[in-house]
Amino acid sequence: MRELKAEAITDFVKRMCITANYKLPDDVRRRIALCRNREDWESAAATLGKIIENYEIAERDSVPICQDTGVVCVFVEIGQDVRVIGDLSEAINEGVRQGYDEGYLRKSVVADPLQRINTGDNTPAMIYYDIVSGDKLKITVAPKGFGSENMSRIAMLRPSDGIDGVKAFVIKAVEEAGANPCPPIIVSVGIGGTFDKAALLAKKALLLPADQVNEDPFYAKLEDELLESINTLGIGPQGFGGRTTALAVNILTMPTHIAGLPVAVNINCHVARHVREEL
Amino acid sequence: MEARIITTPLDNDNVRILNCGDTVLLSGTIYTARDAAHIRLLDAVGQGKPLPFEVENAIVYYVGPTPSKPGRVIGSAGPTTSGRMDVYTPALIALGLTGMIGKGTRSPEVVAAIKEHGAVYFGALGGAGALLANCIVSSEVVAYEDLGAEAVRRLTVKDMPLTVVIDCEGNDLYTIGRTEYLKQMTNDK
Repeated sequence: MRELKAEAITDFVKRMCITANYKLPDDVRRRIALCRNREDWESAAATLGKIIENYEIAERDSVPICQDTGVVCVFVEIGQDVRVIGDLSEAINEGVRQGYDEGYLRKSVVADPLQRINTGDNTPAMIYYDIVSGDKLKITVAPKGFGSENMSRIAMLRPSDGIDGVKAFVIKAVEEAGANPCPPIIVSVGIGGTFDKAALLAKKALLLPADQVNEDPFYAKLEDELLESINTLGIGPQGFGGRTTALAVNILTMPTHIAGLPVAVNINCHVARHVREEL
Repeated sequence: MEARIITTPLDNDNVRILNCGDTVLLSGTIYTARDAAHIRLLDAVGQGKPLPFEVENAIVYYVGPTPSKPGRVIGSAGPTTSGRMDVYTPALIALGLTGMIGKGTRSPEVVAAIKEHGAVYFGALGGAGALLANCIVSSEVVAYEDLGAEAVRRLTVKDMPLTVVIDCEGNDLYTIGRTEYLKQMTNDK
């Protein structure tokens, strides 16, 4: 059995928090560039140009792309042949603590949802563990801003609502979000499972490369149709009008109950941050 | 379209010349306040206590910047979602606040106050905190330091790029911009 010290994980998470906040992933950059070229409204294309200028400044000057450096979502895939020596969750939180301090990142977490006292170090992270085969430990760090998180929606549709019901719900969520989540957005959709699993699928869909085509042709087609419909709404970059309301639609699905059709929509702004490392 | 050059204070003459959709380069003094600071500002108003800055003809920027790195004026400093401040905003406008900088839609109550008292709601580019920080030439905490990123700061800005989202007549770019785009697309077909 392979052994990994928890402290080594702290160091990885620290660096990943800083990298994620300073450097926009290449897949998101490619989508923004593509959408700027396709944009048919002059002011909207100019806004997309400013968005590109912003992430270039952030990388050049090593500063956060956005001041909302988010709550840190951490997805850990633990190979069943790995044994972690020490407290893994604490090691991850220590990495967040160090990264947000040393990286001059904003501390945006309150200890209690109603009493609202800032924890001062951006912990705790929202951590998910999956046990997988093998002897590797894979970590994805995704700082999530709340301007877009607040615009996310979930519904327990009826099976009879079918694909049209899913489409209508996703488009309604984007339309109601309007200018608030800093469009252009990435629309992540989780379909199936249970109430909680649908939301988790939607969050995990945010981690997929923005320009990845769904492996399942049925869902690749649904993603294309949703993106096309969303980009005829006219909301546009920043909500000032234009074609580019969304950069991408990513869907993840899983089996569900005969009586249900859970659908969750998790929205991300154009600062869609995610870094993945393998230990 | 040429950007309008605006210098603070944002007095009535400035407010009246700005139209929905105008691009603006703003220079001068503005104040930061987001959720927690607004609660305290409104508490002070309720108790008849003085506010930490002169609200009349002032501009509030809804922002919670990242900590500044050594040698820099401020960290990344883009707008937060303005709608969360909607419950507090009409009272500040009634006290003479003439400008707000943020992103996202405002409530009918805020629009009514904008029209009644004469104010402007500007949009700054959401998610562009690195670019906007470069327009800030000085930053100083003036109140509620314990709130950290949410403290009230006095900022000096130079040529801060903004868009007039809601003008003093209540015209709203989020509605008008979208409608114009869709009309154009229909005409092209």
